[in-house]
Amino acid sequence: MPKDGIGASTKRREDIRFLTGTGRYTDDINLAKQLHVHFLRADVAHATINGIDTSAADSMPGVARIFTAKDFDGVGGLPCGWQVTDKHGQPMQEPKHPILAEGKIRHVGEIVAAVVADTVEQARDAAEAIELDLTELPAVIDMKKAVADASVKVHDDLTSNLCYDWGFVEENKAAVEDAFAKAAHVTTLELKNNRLVANPMEPRVAVGDFTAHDGMSTLYTTSQNPHVIRLLMGAFVLGIPEHKLRVVAPDVGGGFGTKIFHYAEEAFCTFAAKQLKRPVKWTSTRSEAFMSDAHGRDHVTKIELALDADNNFTAIRTETYANMGAYLSTFAPSVPTWLHGTLMAGNYRTPVIYVNVKAVFTNTVPVDAYRGAGRPEATYQLERLIDQAARELKVSPVDLRRQNFIKPDQFPYATPVAVEYDTGNYDATLDKALDLADAAGFEARAADSKSRGKLRGFGVANYIEACGIAPSNLVGQLGARAGLYESATVRVNATGGIVVMTGSHSHGQGHETTFPQVIADMIGIGADQVEIVHGDTANTPMGMGTYGSRSLAVGGSAMVRAAEKVINKAKKIAAHIMEASDSDIELKDGQFTVAGTDKSLAWGDVTLAAYVPHNYPLEDLEPGLEETAFYDPSNFTYPAGTYICEVEVDPDTGKIDVLNFTAADDFGNVVNPMIVEGQVHGGVGQGIGQAMLENCAYDEDGQLLSASYMDYAMPRAADLPMITVDHSCQTPCTHNPLGVKGCGEAGAIGSPPALVNAVLDALNRNGHDIAHIDMPLTPSRVWQAMNK
Amino acid sequence: MKISMTVNGKTMSGEAEGRTLLSTFLREELGLTGTHIGCDTSQCGACTVHVDGKQVKSCTMFAAEADGAEVATIEGQANADGTLNKVQQAFQDHHGLQCGFCTPGMVMAAVSLLETNAKPSEAEIREHLQGNICRCTGYHNIVKAIMAASGQEVPAVAAE
Ligand code: FES
Ligand code: FES
Repeated sequence: MPKDGIGASTKRREDIRFLTGTGRYTDDINLAKQLHVHFLRADVAHATINGIDTSAADSMPGVARIFTAKDFDGVGGLPCGWQVTDKHGQPMQEPKHPILAEGKIRHVGEIVAAVVADTVEQARDAAEAIELDLTELPAVIDMKKAVADASVKVHDDLTSNLCYDWGFVEENKAAVEDAFAKAAHVTTLELKNNRLVANPMEPRVAVGDFTAHDGMSTLYTTSQNPHVIRLLMGAFVLGIPEHKLRVVAPDVGGGFGTKIFHYAEEAFCTFAAKQLKRPVKWTSTRSEAFMSDAHGRDHVTKIELALDADNNFTAIRTETYANMGAYLSTFAPSVPTWLHGTLMAGNYRTPVIYVNVKAVFTNTVPVDAYRGAGRPEATYQLERLIDQAARELKVSPVDLRRQNFIKPDQFPYATPVAVEYDTGNYDATLDKALDLADAAGFEARAADSKSRGKLRGFGVANYIEACGIAPSNLVGQLGARAGLYESATVRVNATGGIVVMTGSHSHGQGHETTFPQVIADMIGIGADQVEIVHGDTANTPMGMGTYGSRSLAVGGSAMVRAAEKVINKAKKIAAHIMEASDSDIELKDGQFTVAGTDKSLAWGDVTLAAYVPHNYPLEDLEPGLEETAFYDPSNFTYPAGTYICEVEVDPDTGKIDVLNFTAADDFGNVVNPMIVEGQVHGGVGQGIGQAMLENCAYDEDGQLLSASYMDYAMPRAADLPMITVDHSCQTPCTHNPLGVKGCGEAGAIGSPPALVNAVLDALNRNGHDIAHIDMPLTPSRVWQAMNK
Repeated sequence: MKISMTVNGKTMSGEAEGRTLLSTFLREELGLTGTHIGCDTSQCGACTVHVDGKQVKSCTMFAAEADGAEVATIEGQANADGTLNKVQQAFQDHHGLQCGFCTPGMVMAAVSLLETNAKPSEAEIREHLQGNICRCTGYHNIVKAIMAASGQEVPAVAAE
């Protein structure tokens, strides 16, 4: 096996360009004769637009053209990629999502006009000269009020502010009611999953270009999935066929979900470039990002757990209000439903479950997937609820979890929420985490804290998630308007080097390093002989991109399938040259051998023969060595694990210190441990951010209060501890060729409940009686809970 | 107006308005796109450079204020033979970067820290990075990389 094959912590090759300032991010792209656009954005949440007077601005220096909604007559709205069916079998309410506000403003930050000029400064100056005639309307911000009172509607043409009222599984409802009627104990919690802003450090950028000589439109954009953008924008918004549209997502500075979606600015720059016959560039400021990137989370939930007299879970019932914002972002409807309800069984054997989700329109920025998307919300509710149940029942939260675990011999395990877990071993990760976190030594540490006047707490949370998104036929039945396969082309060059063109996209995950490790392993050549091409629709096969921890599980599987085809063909060529039968050819360490003989041929000899086919079975085999595969998974993958957080709370101020954080994950097989651990560190960092610091806040008029890094608290180096990460508990996925599960989101899913459980443990074991505190657990919220 | 400065040892000049920030000038006028812009409130540190030997967020100063100054950016950090300097190398060795967007600022901040504190503690490193946000790494491996660059023992990456 090559030294940089599967399982090696190979250093990342992409680091060289990022460390020397030679990365090529979208904002580094400047085209000849490029114009710049500045978007005039709404500063009120809800208003009727009576008029937009651009007459003074039109003649300002450098202005090429000012666009408003009327310039987009005949242009489609931004499409929604998922249609959810409500509990009565009716489709969700789906309003138009215009590129520029049409007649009405529905959230702060919505684009009202677009000024295109020679420089950004000129565009900005001219935007200030645009006169808006608005009639302000009352804003709908609170979700429950929005549903209860339809007197103010976000969309006049809809019947209410309710996008859908979803029941899952509707057929289980009676059995759930019955189990609650018979329960020996019921625990109830009401909690909020705080609204977040993903905040990749690179703000979004779009550069549209149109070349008259070939009639091609090109969009350079900060996207996690350039083919998806090409399809949505080309087919549904601008009416440009795919062969006349190229989308390039070069180096992308983080995504975390928020760069999946198709945004108005992308369509605008592509459209305007064609109109003006000059490239048009937009670079988001951070302030714009806060009011135009899709937000995440924002659920309000009531969850109940029924237990029998022996503390076995017998049923779970939830009611969740999920914020959609003012319009439906690309995958928004799927997040609180299929990515959330299906995970409500967690790691446990609860026989019946009923999940109700009310998705609500409000005068806020659209809400969509953010790292974990639906699964963090499910995990948080469940793991908070179990801790509270243990406290009410006066049993150990660890024992209560373990007692109700799905046991290793019960896989495959069909949950009552429509998914089948293929493998897992939840006892193993729990044991591992307890050991690494030195649970046995906790009481002594707590006593030490007490002697210093501090309250120490220990919080445990398990998680399960569904990754490797997703079987296309299944998601099609669930309302997805897309397939969710992945693609790869493996092109072997004459001298043996390999280029893999993948539909997956790396924006920090390190595919340029890990994907070659897999190919190197399969063929037995050095990973440095393999190059990865991604991020450009012009030179990669149609792919669905990177999100939902799917790249290795789905994209990697496509690459393996394509490489297998290549190897099979190469073996036939080798067999011909060595005058042996195909079935006797073995490939190992880059050498083809004939079983039972000393005949051998190097990889490079065979690849050369494929392109110089002199001694070659031309009657049976085409020349060349290049294969494409599309891989459509047969199930989701189910990474799972146990996270433990240890905190100290200062009783005088309510300030939390995170002392230790331990993550024991089962990701199945691991290709590059260094990268996997980095993914967990980053996820945990974001999860701790959600639990302690981050909060996207609106006032009741719909003004965004947290619209910069002055008001939105991002985790900084001193807020986070070193993180203990383990992935040695491995139950490989049974249905993909690499046995991998995905590791990108786990950290952000498992960490918030672990931290909140730890804080509540610290308070309750020190004489307080507090069932719950909503995130973020800021000093003032903790102090207030202690001093109520 | 015309602005000249020594950037990474070379004299460079370009045009700037009074309101042009140093970060914008480096990127747009001098084509040094390694310096990144991650915010508009001077809080993310992606734009960190050195001006006359001091660590500065280049979005906090006007290009005109740097007229005649010695400026160092990420593009000038590698060794003369093109190999990574010890901080850059430690970032690669310890996986101190993912998307790479915060990385130029992190490296410039780390280089500056090690100039004044050759063997910083973990707490001192975290303190020094207070002006630099990374959304990808949870800082764990950045802290490790800086410790390693200062010649201190850190547990090997991927301990298994
Ligand atoms: S761009 Fe300078 S601190 Fe963010
Ligand atoms: S590596 Fe992505 S922001 Fe730090």
